[in-house]
Amino acid sequence: MNWHEYVAQTGQVPKWPYELGYDKETVISCDVLVVGGGVAGCRAAIAARQGGASVVVMDRGFSKRSGEGGAGVDHWHGAVTNPCSKVTPRMYSEAAMDTTDGFTNGLARYIIGKEGYDTLLEVEKMGVQIRDEDDEFKGSIFRDDETKLMFAYDIENKHCLRIYGYDIKPCVDREMRRLGAKVLDRTCVTSLLTEGGRQGARVIGATGVNDRTGEFVVVKAKAVVISAGRTNRLWGFAPELTESQSMCNLNQTALGNTIGWRAGAEFIGMEMSGRAVLSGLGYAPYSTGNNNNTYQGAPTVDRNGKDVYYANAYGKLLYDEADIFKASDEGSFIIGHGIGLDNGYKPQYRITTTDPELWKKVMAGEYQQPFYNDMTKLPATSRRMIFGLMLAHEGKCRVPIYKNFTQWGFDPDKDMLQYPVQDYSRFPIDTSWCGPENTPANWRGGGGGYLVDWRLQTSLPGLFAAGCGPIFGHGCHGESHTSGRYSGRQAALYAGQNDAVEPDAEQIRRERERCYAPIRTNGDVGWKELNYAIAKIMQDYCGDYKTEHTLDMGIRRMNDLFETEGQRMYASNPHELVRVIESLSLCELGIAYMEAAKARRGSVKGLGFFRNDYPEYDEAQKKHIPISLKDGKVHTRDLSLYYHLEAPYSSDLEENYQRYSQA
Amino acid sequence: MLTMKKFALPNQSGPCRVLSFDDKCVGCNKCVNVCPMDVMIPNPEKGEEPIVVFTEECWFCGGCVQECPVGALTLVAPAKQRISTIWKRKETGEEFRVGMTNPLPPVTTPPSGNRK
Ligand SMILES: Cc1cc2nc3c(=O)[nH]c(=O)nc-3n(C[C@H](O)[C@H](O)[C@H](O)COP(=O)(O)OP(=O)(O)OC[C@H]3O[C@@H](n4cnc5c(N)ncnc54)[C@H](O)[C@@H]3O)c2cc1C
Ligand code: SF4
Ligand code: SF4
Repeated sequence: MNWHEYVAQTGQVPKWPYELGYDKETVISCDVLVVGGGVAGCRAAIAARQGGASVVVMDRGFSKRSGEGGAGVDHWHGAVTNPCSKVTPRMYSEAAMDTTDGFTNGLARYIIGKEGYDTLLEVEKMGVQIRDEDDEFKGSIFRDDETKLMFAYDIENKHCLRIYGYDIKPCVDREMRRLGAKVLDRTCVTSLLTEGGRQGARVIGATGVNDRTGEFVVVKAKAVVISAGRTNRLWGFAPELTESQSMCNLNQTALGNTIGWRAGAEFIGMEMSGRAVLSGLGYAPYSTGNNNNTYQGAPTVDRNGKDVYYANAYGKLLYDEADIFKASDEGSFIIGHGIGLDNGYKPQYRITTTDPELWKKVMAGEYQQPFYNDMTKLPATSRRMIFGLMLAHEGKCRVPIYKNFTQWGFDPDKDMLQYPVQDYSRFPIDTSWCGPENTPANWRGGGGGYLVDWRLQTSLPGLFAAGCGPIFGHGCHGESHTSGRYSGRQAALYAGQNDAVEPDAEQIRRERERCYAPIRTNGDVGWKELNYAIAKIMQDYCGDYKTEHTLDMGIRRMNDLFETEGQRMYASNPHELVRVIESLSLCELGIAYMEAAKARRGSVKGLGFFRNDYPEYDEAQKKHIPISLKDGKVHTRDLSLYYHLEAPYSSDLEENYQRYSQA
Repeated sequence: MLTMKKFALPNQSGPCRVLSFDDKCVGCNKCVNVCPMDVMIPNPEKGEEPIVVFTEECWFCGGCVQECPVGALTLVAPAKQRISTIWKRKETGEEFRVGMTNPLPPVTTPPSGNRK
């Protein structure tokens, strides 16, 4: 039952069911602390345990299902060393750099290329099915009969795999616990501890608050891995409208980045801009007809059954199923979608999409809406692969789509799924469920993350980054496992070489005071009200229109909000308290984003970044501008986009990998 | 429903329901404890179904449904999403949706994959 029913039936408001521990402080020590128990965090913990370190994991949710990857996965990208793949780690890294004009993470992509497939083989040992073991898809164009691996997007180059990933998170979670990592579930990390409590010093632990008991936790560590995922609530906050039924959840606040920002770490790419995806304002993810991503290859027809075709990157219509899964240029490969290359793909790397002339044809009366996704036209194995494999294993699909649809009688052998009736001139039909109007133009989500070196260490000694969000220019399920595994290994090595340092008592005391202020102040502002206001500031001042002047205004507004309403927060239970802490942190993160946007005095395509006071796209802007706090003041510098191949590193990817990956 | 009239309750936020529990529920709270968002709390009455408190924080991952040992839980998409997810039987042109009255019988084909 829900709360309203309970109250109406009993006439009572339920008491908070968990014992309160607002005054309790638990202190734990370990070699490696992992902040965030998503797939990257679990893999980091496993690798650090295998490296002999004692490990504590702090997770905001419950690690069995927490994180973006907790709800499943169907595509494993970057498995370039699998026996069928024609892509090499070098090709993978170089293509990613090429297609973004250098605005991605060349070193992380290389590491993914080197280790992504091995990382997958390990989850296979943990119990995840990655092959068509039962020969259900024998003879399919997507399958290799020897290895029984199955391919997505590009059936010639075979580097992106289809996997049965619905239970991948419970599997890595079980392995992490089996190996003896201590997991502190429901614990939201609130700050990093630094040597001497100084900004910019070595990271030696973290603090957190439990969202059921309100208890304060201090974890001392020799090395820390940040794997707390990306942010969601900064621009596009509308839970009452979206019912959180989007690609993001409310635990995604990039707090793992904010605490590093506060601790003085350098960040890059924070000014990157792209339309936020808040699909719940449109339709439930994967619930309407579409022909992209998990549905790639699904035929589309119009109201009268007339075929709508796929087209390659040059607009050439494709009539054959196999052609939909081939690169548009001879000798190139399709990189694949959803790996954080958000600002456009060059044609040679692009996936095939719907006929680009479709909307014109609709307006000319050649096609009539609604469109339908008609999988009955596919060979039975292909249909089964889309609905039985992909939609049963993809994130947020097993229950909301596969289970609920079939329970209500949906039969892919007989039924056609309707596309929403929409104005597709402004929005690609391929991802129809995102809806054209769901994210107004000025709701632009940010990218960006820690600047990392070849060890995936940040600019702060002892602090490593992993996964989607913490690492700039990186991001999908497989990549997060891989960078987590790599970071965990590196953190264990670091912990083996560096002694523990006692944290600064004053830093801990101040943080405790800060965290509990909302239960002491008896304020009148709730976390959602604050969060809506934060999002409003970001939409207004860090949206499509940006100048030095408006960005300064935005920073001023955010400071004002933080210092006024932000000091009058209330929390009636620990759950709300943690939401308040998150919301306040979003003020800081918003300022960091606006400072980064201010620091780039120019427009640059690769970042999707446009400044109205510098409207020309400028070659000189093809550089990173690392940004950090030093003594509380914003500090920036310039850095080459190819820093990973410049001194002190070798100019060769493989040489760097050999030098840093194991030692 | 009559009891509803006795109390001054605020409007429910966006999604009213999110989850529905059927009679099989034994109140074991497994669903409560697996939820990454902590959307529910245990019922103060032992053995009774959990209480969904933070409906708009649910992200519809389905983790709780999958965790339930007795299959008592259904994930309920908000009405605006139920009404916008439509399929049409190719042969007959009939339209169906999740939550419709007089639905077709369930399709029982299990998902691909051999892990339980
Ligand atoms: C519906 C859906 C489908 C997807 N499908 C695919 C796919 O098929 N292929 C693909 O490659 N990618 C896919 N992705 C993307 C993929 O899931 C993510 O890239 C991946 O899960 C990122 O892993 P992560 O560990 O970095 O972050 P997450 O999985 O988000 O984990 C972050 C963790 O940090 C914790 N955390 C957050 N804040 C704090 C804090 N303050 N303190 C402590 N802990 C904290 C969270 O509880 C969470 O456990 C999909 C995503 C979604 C939403
Ligand atoms: S669907 Fe997911 S987020 Fe919603 S209540 Fe269930 S476990 Fe929690
Ligand atoms: S897991 Fe199932 S049986 Fe247990 S409390 Fe939840 S709904 Fe009831």
